[in-house]
Amino acid sequence: MRRLKVQRVAAVIPTASMADIAFLMIIFFMLTTSFSPVKLSVDMAESVSWEEVEKTAAIIAIDPRGNIEVSNGIAPGAVINTMDELEIFTREVIAQDPTKQFIIKADRNIPYQAFNAVYERLRDSNCRRIALLTIQKRAPAP
Amino acid sequence: MADIAFLLIIFFMLTSVFSSNFGLQYGLPKNEDPANIQPLEATHIHILGPGQYTVDRRSATLPQIAGYIDEKLKQNPRKPVIVQTEPEVPYWVTVEVLDMLKQLRVENISIPTSKEVEMWRAFTGGVAP
Repeated sequence: MRRLKVQRVAAVIPTASMADIAFLMIIFFMLTTSFSPVKLSVDMAESVSWEEVEKTAAIIAIDPRGNIEVSNGIAPGAVINTMDELEIFTREVIAQDPTKQFIIKADRNIPYQAFNAVYERLRDSNCRRIALLTIQKRAPAP
Repeated sequence: MADIAFLLIIFFMLTSVFSSNFGLQYGLPKNEDPANIQPLEATHIHILGPGQYTVDRRSATLPQIAGYIDEKLKQNPRKPVIVQTEPEVPYWVTVEVLDMLKQLRVENISIPTSKEVEMWRAFTGGVAP
């Protein structure tokens, strides 16, 4: 009686394309990574309405302790200490581009007066376009 | 080489901030003489604290305010809305109200400055709007 020889196939996962996949992923993350110009850690408020803001907009970040960091959207952020410095920064940015958008990236728990102080300075500096940065909240089910 | 490639992947995965570039956008008016503002024609929302609101001097919840403004907008789609917030109220409460107004497609939202609030108080004889 002939004995059937069972051909055993080695369980091998082909890894020839692993390097290709790895480099594709590298390229993907290199292109999608954006290093935020401001470093202050902020827990943002939520909103259902969500509009995309300009990527090169100036950013004014306000953290829970009231520290303010500003960036013109291109240069790294700089911490400022007084509202007068904020106004000087805003006027400089507006002088270069009167249509520049300003993003206020404020922590959700700061008192309204902290936000209002920044908002009033922006208005006094003839800023025309502001955006309040938020994270998306799902709309409640109807 | 594969090790370096995976290290780079992990680095970029950890540092990539799918940065929040979304939010609520507003266009500000030019600096006008505050006396030109017509507060009596606008709907006034006063935020006193989390969950504490008045609309045109009547206490209301956020859904009630939404319904009230919706009715006003049906009569006048360009009805201005003034959002006044007490200084100690957390910022997220104001954002919640502004978000609600955005969803209702309110076109004219006014956030008064402290100077404007003082002008209104003087205009109304010391009574807060």
